[in-house]
Amino acid sequence: MSTAEITEEQNDVVHDDDHDHPSDSKYFQIALILGVLTALEVATYYVDIGPALIPVLMVMMVVKFFIVAAWFMHLRFDNSLFTKFFVGGLVLAVAVYVIALSTFEFWSKG
Amino acid sequence: MSDTATSDHATTTGMSHNKLAMWVFLGSECLLFGALISTYLVYRGRFASGPAPGDIFDIPFTSVSSFVLLMSSLTMVLALSAIKRGDLRNNRLWLLTTALLGSLFIGGQVYEFTTFFREGLGYTTSPFSSAFFTLTGFHGVHVSLGIIMLMSMFISSLRGSLRKEHSETVEIIGLYWHFVDIVWIFIFTVIYLVPSPTS
Repeated sequence: MSTAEITEEQNDVVHDDDHDHPSDSKYFQIALILGVLTALEVATYYVDIGPALIPVLMVMMVVKFFIVAAWFMHLRFDNSLFTKFFVGGLVLAVAVYVIALSTFEFWSKG
Repeated sequence: MSDTATSDHATTTGMSHNKLAMWVFLGSECLLFGALISTYLVYRGRFASGPAPGDIFDIPFTSVSSFVLLMSSLTMVLALSAIKRGDLRNNRLWLLTTALLGSLFIGGQVYEFTTFFREGLGYTTSPFSSAFFTLTGFHGVHVSLGIIMLMSMFISSLRGSLRKEHSETVEIIGLYWHFVDIVWIFIFTVIYLVPSPTS
């Protein structure tokens, strides 16, 4: 094993022809974090945390979303144009449907 | 299969157009699922005389299904990692594992739908039921298509036509699979975990 390879493993990043991507052990660590976050989400079903429930659930959902997109979908390592197309669609969808839900008075009626 | 191995092609943008096309497609899919989730949110309180969402959802069961789908994203990315190393044996193993985890998720969804139907929640029972079955059904169809693509790659690999130089094909189908997982992350939180109306 060359010095360069040892350094790469220490950084949990592997280089290939296309772009950098994490090592398998890093993927397992990320999956563990996702599993813990899911367990915490499910715990809110059993433990009453009052009015903090929905904000806490939303934060955990968004964190899980970004972890999967950044690490498993490699947006963190890939060309930024891929991120722009995906985030563009996502932002458009959120904007359109927040407006649509507002016209149905969703936020006041619940 | 060889015509999909374009990662080392010179393109006008300097990046893989196949991958770019998949990202554009996934961006448009956000609009589709956004529409379905919004429709559910509008109608979740309109259950007429049928079962209400808060009465019928089985959170422990759905939590296990969600965990299974989440872990299938790990096995998918391990399949990609394996083929990038030229490790075809592990690539096949992880592709098959991903397809099996996806099938387990679909099996859970079929069980859930069957249980709901027996408890009186049909597709046309109420606006809530129509929105719920449409949203989760569409997601289930996406997972099923993903399983078909995974099995196609598995069979191609067994035949020797999926090799290291085709890693971009695995990556692109992996992107689709992870997207399906991301959509479920939304559905699980917004539809199941956020407290729902009861009758």
